[in-house]
Amino acid sequence: MHELPQTLANGLLLGSMYGLIAIGYTMVYGIVQLINFAHGEVFMTGGFGALTAFLMLPSGVSLWLALPVMLLAAVLVSTSVAVLAERLAYRPLRGSSRLAPLITAIGLSIAIQQMVWAWYPDAKQARTFPHLPGGPYELGPVTVQTGDVFLVVAAVLSMLALMWFVRSTRTGRAMQATAQDPDTSRLMGINTDRIIVTAFAIGAAFAALAAVAHGLRYGQVDFRMGFITGLKAFTAAVLGGIGSIQGAMLGGLALGLAEALAAGYVKFLPGLELFGGGAWANVWAFVLLIVVLLIRPQGLFSKLTADRA
Amino acid sequence: MTALLEVEDLRVSYGKIEAVKGISFRVDEGQVVTLIGTNGAGKTTTLRTLSGLLKPTGGRISFDGHPLAGVPAHKIVALGLAHSPEGRHIFPRLTITENLQLGAFLRNDKEGIARDIQRAYDLFPILGERRKQAAGTLSGGEQQMLAMGRALMSRPKLLMLDEPSMGLSPIMMQKIMETIAELRSTGTTILLVEQNAQAALSLADRGHVMEIGKVVLSGTGPDLLHDESVRKAYLGED
Repeated sequence: MHELPQTLANGLLLGSMYGLIAIGYTMVYGIVQLINFAHGEVFMTGGFGALTAFLMLPSGVSLWLALPVMLLAAVLVSTSVAVLAERLAYRPLRGSSRLAPLITAIGLSIAIQQMVWAWYPDAKQARTFPHLPGGPYELGPVTVQTGDVFLVVAAVLSMLALMWFVRSTRTGRAMQATAQDPDTSRLMGINTDRIIVTAFAIGAAFAALAAVAHGLRYGQVDFRMGFITGLKAFTAAVLGGIGSIQGAMLGGLALGLAEALAAGYVKFLPGLELFGGGAWANVWAFVLLIVVLLIRPQGLFSKLTADRA
Repeated sequence: MTALLEVEDLRVSYGKIEAVKGISFRVDEGQVVTLIGTNGAGKTTTLRTLSGLLKPTGGRISFDGHPLAGVPAHKIVALGLAHSPEGRHIFPRLTITENLQLGAFLRNDKEGIARDIQRAYDLFPILGERRKQAAGTLSGGEQQMLAMGRALMSRPKLLMLDEPSMGLSPIMMQKIMETIAELRSTGTTILLVEQNAQAALSLADRGHVMEIGKVVLSGTGPDLLHDESVRKAYLGED
């Protein structure tokens, strides 16, 4: 059992990544009740944006100098993709049945994957992503890489910034109002179309952070990487209570921990020896989702509010 | 008197169903004008069209010299038209103060906003006592006060109130009607939609009776109050 601290650390790191991506699902759902299944691809394009920026920098440049440029590029690409999707695909469908934008989102997800596959140079296989220098660091029984440190710092700072933004700024207040009652928000003078775009953009920026962290951690980007990771992040958002920002982060952490623990320890359970290991981690993640939905359909950390009708 | 609001041959449809079939009326500055009529007469549809939540299919709306048809809702508030919607629609998970602040969303004068919030608390002391509470915890009557206070926060030239007495106890209803009378005496221009015709007509300078999308009768408040057909149809007398 001496590897337990490492397993927990891995789970929390994975969970932070899910949580960052889950913000995008939860904010968009909270405001327009749309499950944006193309959000996984918004995340993926951020990874390619960062890689492109890195390749355009002179070779041999310090990665510490390159990192801010890569982050900026990732955020730019992801938010552009998300804002364009909102403008061109979702906004024209506003007011139609809920199924129409949902199917559009799935179609968009496939289309974006295929565009990257077809048009990004050599993207038919995974492309190598740079590593941050330094590390690994030994923190007691836990070993972490430099990229992991970046992930934790980015997740904590961006979450604090988002909570401050939603609670304390005029736009944040307008966002809360729009989530609670869009028509009445318009009567207050709030341009709800702009609030919706802002929600898409913020979610995309968080996904871009996660994409850079993902690239640093796994050393590659791949046109398919948004699919399963996006699905997991969506699961995290539902686990935490979709529509809730803190819920998304906590749901992400819960899911990451569950996956890491399942991969590490299920094999020791009598009768389940065959279902342990990394190959089954995804299965256990979705088993957790099903169990939580059976017991607490509103999600782990969400208060069930009566006014959601 | 100058017409603050002028509605001419207004038509509004939901799909193929025409809910408002060519109505015309005006609201002059300083007046209280009421639209009365049964459920489904098109009163709420009319207000929702004036504030830009619905798009008219025909006719003209002119407010303070601006044509309103096709202008998005958030720009209509900026012109000075505030709408307190049917069913109150306060923001349940925000506090009372935050609800009032949202009513002043387009204003930038911090001190003026603070003063107007205080005025709302003076008008409705119960709101002041509960200012830090989530608005969803208020009773129906208190929520109605908040909705009215919130609509006033934009300093509107015209205040539209949709069914302010709906679902309220008689005491609360009286309190709301007294407040409307008070606003009227301070010169606030009001367009009032009510099912409680008696109360609305007693307050109004002019009234229009709507039936299935049309204005069937217009007159001064007292005239309509004493009109035999109105008494029969809306005041429960026979």
